[in-house]
Amino acid sequence: MTTATDTFEPSRAYQTWRKWKSHGMGLLLGLCAVAVMTPLFLVLYFLVSKGASALDWNFFTQLPKPTGELGGGMANAIVGTLMLLGMAAVIGVPVGVMGGVYLAEYGSDRANYWIRFAADVLNGIPSIVWGVVVWALLVVPFKTFSAYAGGVALGFMMIPLVMRTTEEVLILVPQSYREAGLALGIARWKIITVIVIKAALKGIITGILIATARIAGETAPLLFTALGNNYWNHSLSEPVAALPLQIYNYAISPYEDWHRQAWAGALVLMVMILTLNIIVRVISRGHNKSN
Amino acid sequence: MSQSVVLSETTPLTAATSRWPDRSFRWLAIGAAFMIVVLIVLVGWQLSRGAHLAITTFGPGFLASSKWDPVTDEYGAWPFIYGTLLSSVLAIVIAVPLGVATALFLTEMAPLKLRQPVIMIIEMLAAVPSVIFGLWGIFMLVPWLRDHLFEWIAHSWLGYLPFFKGPIYGVSMLAGGIVVAIMILPIVTSISREILRSVPNLQREAAYALGATHWEVIRIAVLSYAGRGIFGAAILGLGRALGETMAVTMVIGNRPEVSASLFAPGYTLASAIANEFAEANSDLYLSSLFELGLVLLLVTLLVNTVAQLMMRTLTGQGAGKVK
Repeated sequence: MTTATDTFEPSRAYQTWRKWKSHGMGLLLGLCAVAVMTPLFLVLYFLVSKGASALDWNFFTQLPKPTGELGGGMANAIVGTLMLLGMAAVIGVPVGVMGGVYLAEYGSDRANYWIRFAADVLNGIPSIVWGVVVWALLVVPFKTFSAYAGGVALGFMMIPLVMRTTEEVLILVPQSYREAGLALGIARWKIITVIVIKAALKGIITGILIATARIAGETAPLLFTALGNNYWNHSLSEPVAALPLQIYNYAISPYEDWHRQAWAGALVLMVMILTLNIIVRVISRGHNKSN
Repeated sequence: MSQSVVLSETTPLTAATSRWPDRSFRWLAIGAAFMIVVLIVLVGWQLSRGAHLAITTFGPGFLASSKWDPVTDEYGAWPFIYGTLLSSVLAIVIAVPLGVATALFLTEMAPLKLRQPVIMIIEMLAAVPSVIFGLWGIFMLVPWLRDHLFEWIAHSWLGYLPFFKGPIYGVSMLAGGIVVAIMILPIVTSISREILRSVPNLQREAAYALGATHWEVIRIAVLSYAGRGIFGAAILGLGRALGETMAVTMVIGNRPEVSASLFAPGYTLASAIANEFAEANSDLYLSSLFELGLVLLLVTLLVNTVAQLMMRTLTGQGAGKVK
């Protein structure tokens, strides 16, 4: 008997070792979590410390200065980014929302499986590929880089994002709402638009804003579509400046003053995206407390 | 009573008029959903059309050739494929252990009050655009790596390995891998977290009941249960890493060479397109860039499909909702 307890009972030293090992690994995991968060703080720190000093009124009101001249701003790029996002939304929101309606309201299980699968595949297509595809689709036939092309490229990227989030919130609308509508003899499309979509509107808008925040910082799809422009854009069939493009072009340039402006531009872009994210958080507050 | 009479009079009329809006609305929805399929076909068709000239000129040898010379109009994709795979694998090697450890910390260790803020910070990391990581990479990360980390690695015993030989420029395969790792960390962490959360509590309690320490519970009960799901998370991260463009372009050095050293500059499929597409001055050059895009598309589609299928089978087994 005693031999049995001897062999089953590990030594005190081993017990202590196990305990300390557990503590040590816990500490290690915590350090890993800190390491994962560190890049965000570093990026934000440099954005603020380098970007804020370069931000002034001119940055928001003036056009970029030609090479060699100091100063100037990115007013056209800020407006350009807003234009591109607007055009992307014109394409991405209706198609995405209606696609979500199909998945939630009409589709059979089998069709839905494949369409969801296709949407996920579409989501995984690298953004640079969108740039090349839209270049071949819109820039080559019309023989000019254009704001249209940039907006279409971003819009295409937006479709699967909006579609999946719309579907997710529409499914959450209780079935009894639809049944109540049907019992009153209301047409199906009215039930969907007036009852279901209205009930899920908050969630749909949240999804649209998240998608907008995702594409607002995209550079690769704009390289050969919107191209960038040092002046104001006067027509949608002309190249247009965009904040991410301008940041990229200035960052890889050899000029000190342009680097400074690239930081300022990055700060503005980051603030825009974070603002969108905060709006999303405020809208959906209390929505998913389960997380 | 009179009301019901009115209803029965009007009902046939509304039913007849409401059929066409109902139908067209339904077709609109079908059309929108079908748009997804149209877009996939469009991407595949445009890329293969653009790449046609290069495919017929070089044949399958294009994938294996490492010559990329616009002057003599000869092109091969190998340096780009190598660079894309190597930088993505590096990113995975860095990001998966860190991401899983963070997910473990968040689900198993961290005090409840701490969890939500940490999750929020990691989500914010996902919101930072690629070009901003690139900007930070060029001016902050790469100089630091060059002067400190790389210097230190080269002078330690690691410097004897072939991976850490040669001159240190800063811009390099390793810098590219590190930046991509930072960018895929949020997704790897959040998917790992979903998977760890789906591990039944009974599993943990059973291990505790046997006298396991906190770490032993994690190792025996949680990690072994979640292993396959974490593998899926890694594959999904890989799918993201392969297509990263701007940040990589800005820090990897953009030189089409195949070198064993991680300190040497490299090039990826995506960054080759980003850099050279606008200046391609011959049809064959442009077509070769299209073929690079096609290769990139096929590789990411393959990896993403594998990841999606893995995630689907996992959710089918009731492993919880995984996006």
